Amino acid sequence: MTAMVLSWCLLLAQLMLALAMLCATWRVLRGPRAQDRVVGLDTLYVNAMLLLVTFGIRSGTQVYFEAALVIALLGFVSTAALAKFLMRGEVIE
Amino acid sequence: MIPQAAELPWFAALPVALLLLGGAGLTLIGSIGLLRLRSFYERVHAPTLATSYGMGCILIASMIFFSVLQTRLVIHEVVIGAFIVLTTPVTLMLVARAALHRDRLEKNATVPPSINQPAT
Amino acid sequence: MRKLLPHPLVSAALLLLWLVLDQTLAPGPVLIGSIIALIGGWTLAQLDPGRPRLRRPGVALRLAGQVLLDVARSNLAVARAILGRPKDRRAGFIRIPLALRDPRALAVLAAILTATPGSAWVEYDGEEGCLLLHVLDLGEEEEWMRLVKDRYEQPLMEIFA
Repeated sequence: MTAMVLSWCLLLAQLMLALAMLCATWRVLRGPRAQDRVVGLDTLYVNAMLLLVTFGIRSGTQVYFEAALVIALLGFVSTAALAKFLMRGEVIE
Repeated sequence: MIPQAAELPWFAALPVALLLLGGAGLTLIGSIGLLRLRSFYERVHAPTLATSYGMGCILIASMIFFSVLQTRLVIHEVVIGAFIVLTTPVTLMLVARAALHRDRLEKNATVPPSINQPAT
Repeated sequence: MRKLLPHPLVSAALLLLWLVLDQTLAPGPVLIGSIIALIGGWTLAQLDPGRPRLRRPGVALRLAGQVLLDVARSNLAVARAILGRPKDRRAGFIRIPLALRDPRALAVLAAILTATPGSAWVEYDGEEGCLLLHVLDLGEEEEWMRLVKDRYEQPLMEIFA
């Protein structure tokens, strides 16, 4: 019984996270300005990272943890680089 | 169906389920905010919903799930949590400052002028 | 001791990070983690960020608890603001003069204010010590001033004295 409840809650949580990713993707595609797209991308990778953690719970393995950690690391670097680009027009000065 | 869910006692399964729902709900609301809020500076607030308690709930759910399942302390999700908590303010501040800089260059009237150069 | 461990807190954090990632307390990983922690401490000393003087751990703990509580409250408020009608709230910029000057304390304050969903640090002017904050639901401006100055700035000044 509790297994059923947990499974359904997990499915629901994953659907919500997927929907959240769709919202962020919409903001990335739609803009209207570059900074909106960067914020959308930032949200998108955080949502993707959380979705990976829930996939880890679903499969019962910890393989997904490493993927989530890598996304968190790369997401930070890429957003910081994009913000720098917005400010100056080039990443490396 | 989750393979190991049947082995999980109810006192662990219930909090995990609730935390998952709460965390995913907060994250979803934050992302809806990305659509619904109208100006860029309002939208900067939206991701923090996902990166504060949305993420916290889901990571704690994962910690409880694996700790009870493997009957040992599994807390390496803390690393993700600490990392996101430390980096989110940095990225958001950078993006906000970049946006302010761009808006000022374009003489957008909706943003306040720089402190050093009073509005002329 | 100062030469071996120039930044004891940073080294301890690095060792802890390594052990948590490895999920073990076996001697091998502890050894590698210690080496990494030592090298990390030396590298930081080479970069020379200066040694922060942290005082009053009690105040710091209370501030951390307060921030956790405030972030939770702000989460609910922002969720309501997003789902509610936009007419019910007024977003806007607000200028707050700060007496805080220590760059580390300012960094902590910036992180706190940005991590709280309802407020975002936008700009800081070092000469005037003036902070530009964007707030999702402005309400009473006085209240935001008081919140930032009394609740966060005061304890931070005590900690980074």
